[in-house]
Order: sequence, then C-alpha cells, then structure tokens
Amino acid sequence: MTSLLRAVLTICALLYASVAVADDFSALVQALPKGSYHARSVVVKKLGLLGDARAVPVLKALNNDDLKVAGDGTVLIVNDTTGAATSAIGGAAMGKPDPNSLDRVKANNMVRRAIRTAIGMLTLRDPDPAKRMKAAEDALKAADPEQIDALDAAISAERDAGVKAVMAEARAAAVLKSDAPEAQKLAAIHTLGDRGDNAALAALVPVANSKEPALAQAAKTALSAIREAQQFWRLAQNIWFGLSLGSVLLLAAVGLAITFGVMGVINMAHGELVMLGAYTTFVVQQVIRADAPGLFGWSLAIAAPLAFLVSGAVGIAIERGIVRHLYGRPLETLLATWGVSLILQQAVRTIFGPDNRDVGNPGWMSGAFKIGQMQVTWNRLWILIFCLAVFAVLLAVLKKTPIGLQMRAVTQNRAMAANMGIRTGGVDALTFGLGAGIAGLAGVALSQVDNVSPNLGQNYIVDSFMVVVFGGAGNIWGTLAGAFTLGIANKFLEPFSGAVLAKILILVGIILFIQKRPRGLFAVKGRAVES
Amino acid sequence: MPRQGLIDRRLAIFLLGLFILTVAVPVGNLAMAGKPVPTYLVALIGKYLCYALLAVALDLVWGYCGILSLGHGAFFALGGYAMGMYLMREIGARGVYANPLLPDFMVFIGWKHLPWYWWGFDHFWLAAIMVLLAPGILAFTFGWFAFRSRVTGVYLSIITQAMTYALMLAFFRNEMGFGGNNGLTDFKDILGFDLASDGTKVGLTMLSAVALAGGLLLSRWITTSRLGKVLVCVRDAESRTRFLGYRVEHYKLFIFTVSAMMAGVAGALYVPQVGIINPSEFSPANSIEIVIWVALGGRGTLVGAALGAIIVAAAKTYLTGALPEAWLYALGALFILVTIALPTGVLGAVETGIGRLRRRPAAKEAEA
Repeated sequence: MTSLLRAVLTICALLYASVAVADDFSALVQALPKGSYHARSVVVKKLGLLGDARAVPVLKALNNDDLKVAGDGTVLIVNDTTGAATSAIGGAAMGKPDPNSLDRVKANNMVRRAIRTAIGMLTLRDPDPAKRMKAAEDALKAADPEQIDALDAAISAERDAGVKAVMAEARAAAVLKSDAPEAQKLAAIHTLGDRGDNAALAALVPVANSKEPALAQAAKTALSAIREAQQFWRLAQNIWFGLSLGSVLLLAAVGLAITFGVMGVINMAHGELVMLGAYTTFVVQQVIRADAPGLFGWSLAIAAPLAFLVSGAVGIAIERGIVRHLYGRPLETLLATWGVSLILQQAVRTIFGPDNRDVGNPGWMSGAFKIGQMQVTWNRLWILIFCLAVFAVLLAVLKKTPIGLQMRAVTQNRAMAANMGIRTGGVDALTFGLGAGIAGLAGVALSQVDNVSPNLGQNYIVDSFMVVVFGGAGNIWGTLAGAFTLGIANKFLEPFSGAVLAKILILVGIILFIQKRPRGLFAVKGRAVES
Repeated sequence: MPRQGLIDRRLAIFLLGLFILTVAVPVGNLAMAGKPVPTYLVALIGKYLCYALLAVALDLVWGYCGILSLGHGAFFALGGYAMGMYLMREIGARGVYANPLLPDFMVFIGWKHLPWYWWGFDHFWLAAIMVLLAPGILAFTFGWFAFRSRVTGVYLSIITQAMTYALMLAFFRNEMGFGGNNGLTDFKDILGFDLASDGTKVGLTMLSAVALAGGLLLSRWITTSRLGKVLVCVRDAESRTRFLGYRVEHYKLFIFTVSAMMAGVAGALYVPQVGIINPSEFSPANSIEIVIWVALGGRGTLVGAALGAIIVAAAKTYLTGALPEAWLYALGALFILVTIALPTGVLGAVETGIGRLRRRPAAKEAEA
C-alpha cells in the first residue's frame, strides 16, 4: 500500500517538476534513477518527445543496463568492458569509479518499450534518411497521440519527400487515436487511405468501428479502397513471382527446346550442361577474386561467353561421340545421355567436391526496389531481361542467319537438305552445340539464384521437360508460352496449397493436359508428326 | 502359327539356376556348420531377386510392347508401401512411444486417429491385396488416360517420369500420413516371424526366388500367347496394328497393368528384406536405373532382364563398397556402352557368340 502511495506521489512530483523546469534535458536525466518503473518510463517518454539528440546514448545505456548512479546522485554511463564512466548529462569523462559504489538504474519490459519508442522519436531527426524512414514507420505502427508534436517538428524539418510522406502518415495514424477535431481526423483518414497497406489498415479499422457516423463512413470507404489496392498488388506480386520463376524455367528449357523440340533428341544430360555453366561462373569468379578483384562487377559478363563455349563444346562432343550413332532411336538416346549426365555429375563432384559452391552476386545484381507495394529484387529482374534477350537472339539465329536456315532445313527434311548440299552431320553438331551452349548461359543465370552443387541440373531436368512438352516440341514460341504459364500457375497455386502441393498439382495438370493435346500447346501439324 | 513352347532353353537354364539357389541358400545358411552362406549374403540375394522381378516386369512392357516406362519405380514403391503399412501395424505397442493404436511417426506429428486409408492394414490378407491393387489401379488409371489419347514414345516416357516425381514429392509430405522423409521402418516381424532371425531371412529369399520364377513363367505365358503376338505387333508397328482392327490401347492397358502389379509384388517382397521404405524409392533416377538393367541384360528376353538386374545390382554393391567414387562413372559408362555397343544386351551377345562357336566346327566339317 505504502509503495503504491509512494509511486503515485513520485509521478505527481515528476509531472510537477517537468512542467516547472520546462522539460529540461538535464532535469529529466537526473530524474531517471528515481521512483518506480512506471515513473521511469514516463521520464523516458518525455526524453523522447524532447527531441534532443543527447538523450540517445543515455537511453541506449539504460536499455543495456549501463546507466549507473553514483552516491552523490550523478548519473553516469559506464562502459561495460572497460569500466570507464562518462557523465550522462555533459558527456565528460569521469574516470573509473569503483563499481561497488555505483547503483544500476534498472529497466523492466515496460521501461524498455518506452525506450524503444523514445529512441524511435529521437531518430526522426537522425542525419541518415534510412534511419529516419525506419523511425517514421515505427511511429506509424505505434500511432501514439503524444507523438504528434514531435512528428510535427520532424515533418517541418524533413527534406526527403519519401520520409516526409511516411511521417505525415504516422502523424495521421496518431491523430486518429487522439481527440482532435473531426475535420483533422477526416484528413488523416484520407492520408492513410492513400497509403493503402497493412499499417494503414490497422490504423483505420478501429475508426471504422467507432460511433461517430461521418468518421466511420469515411474510414469504411478508405478501408475498401485499401483492400482493393492490396488485392491488386497481391495479384501483381504473384504475376511478378510467376514471371520470375517462368524466366528461370525458360532459360533451363529453351536449350532443350532446340535439342528435343527441333532435333527430336532427348538429352537427359541437359541439366548437367546447365550445371557446367554455373561451375564455369564459379571458376571465373575464383580467378577474378585471386588476380583482379576490380573486375568482380564484370564477372558475369566474362562468364557468360565462356559458359556458352564450355557447355557448347561438351554438347558437340556428346553429339559427335554418342547421339550421332543413335538418331532415329529416341529411347536409346535417352538412356545414353542419362549415362552422360551421371558421368558429368560425378566428374564435377570429383573436381569441385560434393558441397555447395559460393557464387557471389555483383553489386548491380543485389538489392531490391519497390514498385507500389511490390518488392522487386534486382537479380530476378536481370534474369528476366537476360532470358528474354537470349530468347530473342536464339530466334534471330534460327530465322535470320544462314546457319539457322540450314538447321531448319535439316530438321524438316534431312534427305532433301543433304541433296541441296548441306552437310547434315556438321549442322547436327552445331544445332546440338547451340542448345548445349544456351544451357550453359542458363547456368550462369541460375548460379545467381540457386545453390551451385553437383545436383543443380537434376533439380531442373523434370521441370524443363515439362515446359517443352507442355509448350509443344518443335516450337520455341511454345516453350516461351509454356515456361511463363507454368511459372505463373505455380505461383498462383502456392498461396492456397503450399509449394510442394502446388508443384504436384502442376505435374498432374500437365499429365492430364497431355492426354488432351498429346503434342503440346503449340503442336506441329502435318505429315512430319507421325514419324 | 503354332504356339512357342512355354519353357525354352534360356528359361529352363535360368529356372534350374534359381532352383539350385533356393536349395543352396537354406542348406548353406541354416543346416551346415560354419555357415558357408553368411546371413548378409542371404539378404543380399533376396534383394537382387526382387530387383530381377522388377526388371522382368519392365521388360514385359518395354521389351514386348515398346512402352518405355520411366516410372516403374513408383509401382515398386507402392507395393512396398502397402507391405510396409502392414509391417508398421504389426509393430503394435512395441514402438518407441508404445502407442497401441498409432504408428510412431503419427504420434510424433501429433495425430490422434488412424487415417481411414490405414484401416484394416493390421490384416495381412488386406495388405497382400493392396500390394496388387495399389499399383494396379494407378497403372490402370494412368494407362487408361495415356493410351486412349495415344500418348506414345518419348512423351509417354516423360509423363511416366513426371508421375513418379509427383508421387515422390507427395510422399515426402508429412501430411500424407506415410511417414514423410523417413518413410516406414523399424519393422519387428511378419506374420509372427521375427524379421531379424536367419530363418525368416532365408524364407523371404526363397519366397523371392519363387516369385521371380512365377513372374518369369507368367510373362513367358503371356508373351507366347496370341495376345503376346499382338503386343509385339504394337511394339513394331502400332498404327498398322490399329488399322488391322486391333484395339491397341486395350492391349497396352492390359500389359501395363499386369506389369505394374508384378512390380508391386517385387516391392512388397523387397521391403521386409531391407527393413525400410521411403520416398526416395520414387525418385526418377531409380526408375531409369531399372531400364538399364533390362537394356544390359537384353531387352525382350525376360531372362536377360532378370540377369541384367542381378549383374548391375551386384556390381553396385561391390563398387559402392570398394570404390565409391567410381560407381557413378561405371553406371554412366554402362548406359552409354550398352546402348551403343550392345543393342541386344549381354544375353544377346553371349548367345550370338555361342552360335558362332557352334557353326564354326560345322563349317569345317562341311569343308572336309
């Protein structure tokens, strides 16, 4: 009973004192060690509202249990490891006092919560805009009417438009909880409605349930607008994730679309050619790290042509050594190339070891930016661009160059092409090499988003076959459509069913789809089909 | 055309070998002092025999009907899971959690009731029926869709691979109620016989040999029948067979389902012998390995498929022990060599060799 009485008295005394000395910083710091936890949290709050940057180290010290009070009432910040003390008010060094002569200023959860808010308020004035942004977001979540004045001060001092907007939104959320006049609250609802995310939603829901009809009505309108906007962005986000997954699938599958789709050769080692591309990137980065660290930003640009050459050369070797002997026997080709894939996998395991290898992201590949409420990472965006570029170049090669013409001629009618003087053997090797080289390029891109391990190829082989089969063999436009359809479908199913089940559903879907259209989405028509 | 004899020379020699094995194993392991056939070898032989039965099942569809299934591992695993479920129920209250109603893994993930599809699996007869029905129904449904819409060749191969891949992902999920990652294991006994005892192991191995012989005879009986002739026609010229008025899809569906059930039996015999069944049995790589057994032994010979399975599996046991690095190189090289250099498989090459040796003395006599 007496302790409660004392607490109430202290609070009264503190309130009185704070008014009397006009929120003076040193008086508040001096008041910190006194009274109950509740009183202490009140003082902390005041320190936060004061807007004096000197309070930050004091509050941090209090949070870390480094704030001590000496016998004569001086408040000290004592370094935990060295034992050196500084004055909490002036910051002057105070030597190394005997630890036994000091009392710790204690903090409980209530005080710590107050400290977090207070530091947040103080960081509203931080020189670093990112920190100010964070502080403003925190203030928005807290929505504390007592922060309105501090926010007002911060807004008038703020020069960054983005941070200023968030601060205004935080102020609006705080206004809604205060007893400000209705006009101000309506303006606040408007501000938050424009923001349109979960934080705004949280601030508006209580208002929509309030008893004042005008406010509730306005809040309800704003809420439904926000929900609509959120639905839109969720849709956009799903499509973006789908496109991103689709671009990875397309990269992995487009090489297969040439070897399987155009040549009719099942290359089960395709995934391993992708893996070789990824390991080429790893080797290039290792060399750059060791010899020319300045070039690291260029490592992917250097690795891409090399990966194309490495995988392409291995591809040509596979074609000349094995596949050539098995034309017209697709099932045997499938088995032989499976054998190649096992050997390549084991070779990589022998050379580089079975563990994941670390491939770094150059600066321009890392980080993210925001469009509306959607987070877009740079590496995903670059991979999408890269994959579309590869696709465009491939299309141009097939349609516009002499070698592309020969490739199409050989695949359409081998005997006739040979009669016209085309060396079909060489064209076969080049076509296979092209498909394999593109697999290598895919490996460079995949090294940025996936683990580089000997199993890399295995993870993509079933998926890439699904893409080619779904899109329709023999048509690389079909592969494009197939990859993005499957990618987006996968991402739309995931929220309902979870990632694994989504994949199973897609597989079952494709199996059923093939029943309906055994030759895929874009089927090749005509006499060539039956053979 | 007169019907070919049910048992030709190849099959006779193989069955004789199998018979000798079924006599030698129990005698060598149980009856003779010093155990000239150690118990680990008994378990190993039993495992190989199950693989051989699985290879025969695949040869039936691939060798005789041209359906290259890259998903036969799925039927094998389904049969294995059906048997595993019975063995799980046999454990009863002897599990780690000593729960008389639920298998350990269900207690572990906090389930309170036995899901409906586990009901009745404490009866052996139901499990035995499910060993046939589960793969059979899957193969029938899958085949009914696939063959009716004339999905053939590599497309069929790829969707069978997708099927087993999808099943693998599904069985990895804990919510499926089949033990997730770890699968079903810690079996104690089968029909009251202790699985750890030598007697049970020998018994299971002998049972596997009988099943293999049965599978071979059944396959031989099918392939030498009129129906078998039509199957070969489908393999060699599907469109022509259809134009002659045969319902090609019915023949394919029949043989695919029979083959799947045979694979299921192989899986059911395999599980009690190795003591575990988990989702990795569904992995596409496993199913492709079955194909290489058949290709190595000789496609379309039945006996060759069984031999191929035993040769590759024995080589795997040896190499993964002696030179673990070398196994994948060897397997990879095997795939390439067999497809390019040995299109008729080991059996074909050996028989051609024997044939040449026979003809040479005959030719000399003719000269003289």
